[in-house]
Amino acid sequence: MKRFSLVVLVLSLASAFVFFLGGAMLELGPTAIDLRAPVAVHLAESGVTHPVTAVLLNYRGYDTLLEIAVLLLALLAILAVVGEAPASPTRAAHPVLQALARLAVPLMVVVAVYLLWAGAFRPGGAFQAGALLAAAAVLLHLVGLLPSWSRPRLGLRIGLAAGFALFLAVAAGLLTQGSLLQYPPAAAGVLILLIESGLTVSLALILAGLFLFLSREAEA
Amino acid sequence: MSTGFIFALTGAILFAAGLAGVVLIGHLLRRILAFNLMGSGAFLVLVGLAQRQDVVDPVPQAMVLTGIVVAVAATALALALVRKLHALTGQLELPDDVDA
Repeated sequence: MKRFSLVVLVLSLASAFVFFLGGAMLELGPTAIDLRAPVAVHLAESGVTHPVTAVLLNYRGYDTLLEIAVLLLALLAILAVVGEAPASPTRAAHPVLQALARLAVPLMVVVAVYLLWAGAFRPGGAFQAGALLAAAAVLLHLVGLLPSWSRPRLGLRIGLAAGFALFLAVAAGLLTQGSLLQYPPAAAGVLILLIESGLTVSLALILAGLFLFLSREAEA
Repeated sequence: MSTGFIFALTGAILFAAGLAGVVLIGHLLRRILAFNLMGSGAFLVLVGLAQRQDVVDPVPQAMVLTGIVVAVAATALALALVRKLHALTGQLELPDDVDA
């Protein structure tokens, strides 16, 4: 009975929340600060022509720098939680599934490279490319072609940290020019592509690691 | 009523549903799912409200893109903790702290 009244209470509070928030959103006037015009005005000197990429990697580079740091931190925390366990042998899936994965993964890699390149002028970029590469790794693992990861060796550790380190190095290098992450307009495009390439590799490894480090105990 | 407002209202509903789930559901896996529902709702509100005049604003979109990646990392960490809890205690629910 107590449980039932709790459910009713929570559901009615949630409904009231939606009701009042919806009403507030209907009453909402035009935004006090409109950032669309400044974004469009400075797009020419940002080094890319797609506004979202310009916001992510130029105007608000701090966000992206700290984001990759958060991802790395999450992976380190997972490694600490999972502890040491031997990599377990994977079970091979049906041959048809394996053949399909062998066909799909090269295509996924090609599309990931395209997404990375396209990020400068249309929707795309490092995060989408990294997620696609990680999905390819997870697909290979699920059909039994890629074993789950045990304790990361030196190469994998460098790969995991490379994106963050590269981004931080570029940001620190720009301190000599002025402030942190303030690209000179002439070199901005090249620097953003460099950072995005590093981010793609590290993001793919980190996101794949989130799955592959966790999956090793399941079979044990 | 613009499309952006419908997105934002859907986001508010998803957020409330997720919030109710986090409070009411004991099973930790489903609680993580409910928490993700809350996050998706917040993202929809951000993106939807920003384009309620049917003009796309790139700043909230970039923020949401960042938020999605962080949410994935947080979810993975939560799952790792749940698995550790399951391995140690065999439970998939937190001990009841009502009487404590």
